[in-house]
Amino acid sequence: MFVIECPWCGKRDQSEFITHGEAHIARPTNGHEMTDAEWGDYVFFRDNPKGITRERWIHTHGCARWFNVMRHTVTEEIFATYKPTDPKPELPEGSE
Amino acid sequence: MAHFSVFSLVRNALNYHKDWPRQWRSPEPKSHYDVIIVGGGAHGLATAYYLATECGITNVAVLERAWIGGGNSGRNTTIVRSNYLWDESAALYDHSVKLWEGLSQELNYNVMFSQRGLLHLAHSVHDMQEIGRRGSAIHLNGIDSEFVTPEKVKEMVPFINLNCRYPVMGALLQRRGGTALHDAVVWGYARGADAAGVDIIQNCEVTGFKIEDNTVVGVETSRGDIMANKVGVVAAGHSSVMAEMAGFRMPLESFPLQALVSEPLKPLVDNVIMSNGVHAYISQSDKGELVIGASSDAYTSYSQRGGFNVIEDTLQAICELYPVFKRVKMMRQWAGIVDVTVDRSPIITKTPVNNLYFNCGWGTGGFKATPGSGNVFAHSIARGEMHPVAEPFSMFRFHSGALIDEGAAAAVAH
Repeated sequence: MFVIECPWCGKRDQSEFITHGEAHIARPTNGHEMTDAEWGDYVFFRDNPKGITRERWIHTHGCARWFNVMRHTVTEEIFATYKPTDPKPELPEGSE
Repeated sequence: MAHFSVFSLVRNALNYHKDWPRQWRSPEPKSHYDVIIVGGGAHGLATAYYLATECGITNVAVLERAWIGGGNSGRNTTIVRSNYLWDESAALYDHSVKLWEGLSQELNYNVMFSQRGLLHLAHSVHDMQEIGRRGSAIHLNGIDSEFVTPEKVKEMVPFINLNCRYPVMGALLQRRGGTALHDAVVWGYARGADAAGVDIIQNCEVTGFKIEDNTVVGVETSRGDIMANKVGVVAAGHSSVMAEMAGFRMPLESFPLQALVSEPLKPLVDNVIMSNGVHAYISQSDKGELVIGASSDAYTSYSQRGGFNVIEDTLQAICELYPVFKRVKMMRQWAGIVDVTVDRSPIITKTPVNNLYFNCGWGTGGFKATPGSGNVFAHSIARGEMHPVAEPFSMFRFHSGALIDEGAAAAVAH
């Protein structure tokens, strides 16, 4: 259980938030040209890294707005939270 | 291998049990094996056991990063059942239950399989419709299941509070369901595989695959390179990590799944009682501990810990359904890392790399499938063609769209 800093509201308890998995997956714009395998990869296949992940969270019981979290999946340390339109933050020193 | 029987027990008792031999060897890795199994959990050891005993392939190694049975095999709630909705799942899970039914005899090892009956409670009209549909489907697949009334539930579980926040409206009962002893399953398969010639190599972490012409030819490990004709990966929560080493991705996400046990009590809970509606399930171990679990944590993690809020939610549901447990102290809590697919069905599959096989995606309910999973995976690896029961569980179903959606039957972890 952790404290998450919502980019809009500040620090709040994790119970106010819900995560919806890996961030920065853009919907393809050339869908009519894509094979079933390419569609399957886009819809179902994930990096699921042991290490630093970037994921989407929503402040459901708060401002109800989306944002991204950069988190370590072993230590659970949160390195950054940022708005969906912000550039990807740099990885912390010495990682990956 | 020392045979276990009443006579050997008596003979060794006279010696204060000091002369029992080790149950499996601890060999040095050879330079080459016909098949390497990566992962010394129950599924991996079962795979090796069936390769050696049913498929005639005895030059097999099981490589385990730490010690056998130290991952999810030692971190589950030991529930066995086969009451799934879809035909493909019914075939796989009931194959498993049938193997469970003869397992102690076959392994000459008491896995303490106890078919004490398993209740799925229904708390709403939606729940009733779900068990109605699923129960009928289970019937059509020739698997036992019964609809029971709240009165019957009360008879079986006298301490249940039927009129709780979400009243119990009925239940689905599988009498062949129950529990087994998780450690005994690991040890029994390890002992059986070892006796059949399998090398079980602990403290041997696989750090990479040796791949030539898109064909796996061996693995790199913390104890040097080991060559193999075929490699089967059974790495549960770390399957995505293994897949990345081999150069592809899996349709998996890894979550912590927590469970906890209470102080030991006198026998009280005769069955396994699950509730998808209020998210908690409970059984009682032979030692007397209440074994309790619920949903996985909400975020991906490899931490083997999990959050306290999940424990709190779980125990709220338990106390509401079974007020008699309100003053029971919880003794231990743990979390395993479970690899979850979107359709809540496992993946038993060939991969984009030739001769490399994966058995993963068991998510929150892999223990029950241990014998069946190992059995069909062993036959698939031995033949080079997927076993008919395993065929529908290919990773490529996420490309074709032929998902096996067990979301309802597995909505709560178990």
